[in-house]
Amino acid sequence: MRNYNLNHLQQLEAEAIFVLRETAAQFERPGLLFSGGKDSIIMAYLASKAFAPAKIPFPFVHVDTGHNFPETIEFRDKFVKEYAVDLVVGLVQDSIDQGTAAEETGLNASRNALQSVTLLETIDRENFDACLGGGRRDEEKARAKERFFSHRDSFGQWNPKDQRPELWNLFNGGKGQGENFRIFPLSNWTEMDVWQYAKTEGIELPSLYFAHERNVIERNGMLLAISDFVSPHEKEEVSKEKVRFRTIGDATCTGAVISDASNLEEVIAEVSASRVTERGSRADDKRSEAAMEDRKKQGYF
Amino acid sequence: MDKDYIEMDMLRFTTAGSVDDGKSTLIGRLFHDTKSIFEDQLEAIEQSSKKRGDENINLALLTDGLRAEREQGITIDVAYRYFATPKRKFIIADTPGHIQYTRNMVTGASTANLALILVDARIGVVEQTRRHSFIADLLGIKHIAVCINKMDLVGYEEEAYEKVLRQFSDFASRLENISELTFIPLSALKGDNIVERSENMPWYKGAPLLYHLENVYIGSDANHVDSRFPVQWVIRPHSDKHHDFRGFAGRVAGGVFKKGDEITALPSGFTSRISKIMLGKEEMEEAFFPQSVTIQLEDKIDISRGDMLVKPNNQPKSSQDLDARICWFSNSKKLTQGGKYLIKHTTKTAQAMISEITYKVDVNSLRKNEQDKEFNMNDIGRIKFRTSEPIFYDAYRRNRNTGSFILIDPFTHQTLAAGMLR
Repeated sequence: MRNYNLNHLQQLEAEAIFVLRETAAQFERPGLLFSGGKDSIIMAYLASKAFAPAKIPFPFVHVDTGHNFPETIEFRDKFVKEYAVDLVVGLVQDSIDQGTAAEETGLNASRNALQSVTLLETIDRENFDACLGGGRRDEEKARAKERFFSHRDSFGQWNPKDQRPELWNLFNGGKGQGENFRIFPLSNWTEMDVWQYAKTEGIELPSLYFAHERNVIERNGMLLAISDFVSPHEKEEVSKEKVRFRTIGDATCTGAVISDASNLEEVIAEVSASRVTERGSRADDKRSEAAMEDRKKQGYF
Repeated sequence: MDKDYIEMDMLRFTTAGSVDDGKSTLIGRLFHDTKSIFEDQLEAIEQSSKKRGDENINLALLTDGLRAEREQGITIDVAYRYFATPKRKFIIADTPGHIQYTRNMVTGASTANLALILVDARIGVVEQTRRHSFIADLLGIKHIAVCINKMDLVGYEEEAYEKVLRQFSDFASRLENISELTFIPLSALKGDNIVERSENMPWYKGAPLLYHLENVYIGSDANHVDSRFPVQWVIRPHSDKHHDFRGFAGRVAGGVFKKGDEITALPSGFTSRISKIMLGKEEMEEAFFPQSVTIQLEDKIDISRGDMLVKPNNQPKSSQDLDARICWFSNSKKLTQGGKYLIKHTTKTAQAMISEITYKVDVNSLRKNEQDKEFNMNDIGRIKFRTSEPIFYDAYRRNRNTGSFILIDPFTHQTLAAGMLR
């Protein structure tokens, strides 16, 4: 008899597609959170597979801090055009202007935490009842306890102590008025799986993920790229290094790593030899031991 | 590594137990010895351990991620952990072992291929060992690896191992589903029989734990005989290019579907043939569990979400009167005879009314109790119920996907129970 086995990437793909289709079937108006980072690109690619030859049946949602690498926005717009989907943008600047969010001050000021406010406002404005996110359980210890279908109360809050048990492939998307869901089709993927899948499927990723020369400064043990939003403080020295990014987030808190890896194959080799997790280069997680849990309780992705 | 990762398959396993069993140490050891702990993680838990005043690095902090868990030093929820060797990717569902967390254990076990059960070599089989084994068996896990831990504390003597083996085997004869039981003497703390065969226990002829996890054969566990395709979503592009396209999207829940196969759609009973199987742009000759695909049929027949495609000569059971074992999850709602709930089974949702609470099982003694019928959180037992429309199912023992269901509170939408059909 033929051997009916799938390798690990095929199994993860089948699972993610199942979750994406459940989302379309169980919700009235889902949105797909698209940051232009690799996880959201993989998720969008899987969505196109899940519903082909029809279009992806939900809009992309970008919560924009305004502190972007220009490459990210360029890539986002090209991608949206290629998949012929609608794009909804929520601007953190709008929240600040309305007075619903206040800009952080100080040396390490970042708009990262303000994204939660803008996200909740966007969900409200667009009447989304579910938002698909590219979050993975291997990223961070609070995420390790996250469900595929993660319930949020009418304040957008996550209650980790009262999560619905999630068994087999049976996802319960039932909700009351004003409540909504965050849904994570890539829950069981690791960083390595994402890179390997991108390579196997030939998925194009933004150039920021591959080694290039850039002016950087070292701050709190991280390499930050000099940009419109990050300038050197006194005593900080600017140097030109060959770097790449392992994650792409807000330009003010996403660190670069020194690297020579200029294509997917080399990136995979580098990641497999790395001794530091990808979120090791994220200042937003280093604020406290439960930084991620606290942000998620307030409505973060 | 390039070619290897294409060949890598995946093993999902569950672990349950308290801190005293050395479970966290074992997971920490597996991560450490497969180089899956990263420097920044190690640094973070080192700092936390110091802050808490722990003497050694507390590896439990690696899995206890929530603030409340760290404050109280307990594990509340299922944590999913990942590591890989060149042979396999592993997903660990790490669950708390105390009786008040039975529902977490059930959740972790529902997707696992293998259960890892720790026994302290000094103490032997205890209530918790029995409970964990019973739940693994109830949830249809076919492979159990009993890790007899802390062998270093009993002088690596074969006798301690033999004692646990006898105790466990006595009890395991009462379990129904387990097809493979493996005993491994080890020391998580010292690293004996984790990755390398231990020189301290030359009398043990079996493989070390990691070798076992990498090689245990799970290929025949899935049901590749009874073809079942619950329809999840109907794809109708409404575009000029794909004007007449109708594709049935779903995940194969059992068996194999091939292009050209004759199928019956349930509940309508209409038959047709498969004209195309696709995923994305790729056309496939066949689809099998657990693939997600889109199936097109030769004839236009009315099929929607919740329907099931099967083979005409191999159909699932169909009934509105069902008999199942359940685990009750809710601490605010009690299971009541005559109670009405929603049932979610494959992609179908229907109403269910409890017609009989048959018995409760004492998870420690495994005795059935037909007198006490009050189900509280974590209680396990057997019920009969009637549904508002026919459910197409197989016995859970035959197929986990078509034999499982959850009960939902129609008012609060909470998941109240998990069930396994007989």
